[in-house]
Amino acid sequence: MRKMLIWLPLALFLAFFALFAGGLFKPDDRVITSKLVGQPLPGFALPAGASDRPALASTDFATGKPRLLNIFASWCVPCAAEAPQLEALRRAGAEIDAIAIRDARDDVDAFLRRNGNPYSRIGLDARSSVQIALGSSGVPETFVIDGKGLIRYQHIGDIRADDVPMILDRLKDAQ
Amino acid sequence: MRLLFAILLLLAPVPLLAQTALPPAPYADRQIDDPALERKARTLMETIRCLTCQSQSIADSNASMAGDMRSQIRERIMAGEQPEQIRAWLISRYGDWVSYEPTAAPILWPLWAAPVLLLFAGLILMRGRIGKRRRP
Repeated sequence: MRKMLIWLPLALFLAFFALFAGGLFKPDDRVITSKLVGQPLPGFALPAGASDRPALASTDFATGKPRLLNIFASWCVPCAAEAPQLEALRRAGAEIDAIAIRDARDDVDAFLRRNGNPYSRIGLDARSSVQIALGSSGVPETFVIDGKGLIRYQHIGDIRADDVPMILDRLKDAQ
Repeated sequence: MRLLFAILLLLAPVPLLAQTALPPAPYADRQIDDPALERKARTLMETIRCLTCQSQSIADSNASMAGDMRSQIRERIMAGEQPEQIRAWLISRYGDWVSYEPTAAPILWPLWAAPVLLLFAGLILMRGRIGKRRRP
């Protein structure tokens, strides 16, 4: 027993070494998912974020039909990159509402003129308060909200072309 | 001269890609007038993790979202909310991840038990040593 004990420090060293070496090679996952998936959309009422779209409130969601809620900002580069995919989703029949984070109406208008406007309603969240209430940690993010106003899915990051069918499936599942 | 100018230009600070054009939220960088409330808010902010710069607390981070969270925490403290209520609210959004304060969740029991276990191990070790010394 005593003789074995002498190997304990080496064994501990090897165990920690393996742990740290493993940590170095494991892909770094820093995506923070919202804990509200599966729960009702938190209540909010935001002012209009663009001059030609109505404002957005949480009561606009429990309409019996699933909708997409896109979190974007005019200052966000990946948001411009996902614009064609949002347009494709709209053409495929998805209804998309949006919340513009830390934004100004003029900037949103200019952004939509540049990248197209697939949104039915746009709310302006100047102080990220609804974003925080949603458990969203960045832009862009897209939530699938079902007809009862429950959050069914959260897509983190921009929607790529090959994500479009998956998002449409999620919308169908939320029916 | 032109070389000097070029070197100076290189030294000029390059502004980081602006995250947003909006000014910070009202209480992002402004303390609450009541020092007791500010201390409460500050203590909470130091244990809430920033979502953008993930190894910093929101008290230390310059990210615009951290500023918005600071402002929201100060405003809620001023409205009479307790820090632990706000922490619970944030955890219900982002999970335990967002708080630097360890919780009493079962997965953390070994962490809480470690000091006690180590103390016992130390006592046993000490008893062995002292016992040995007494024997001639």
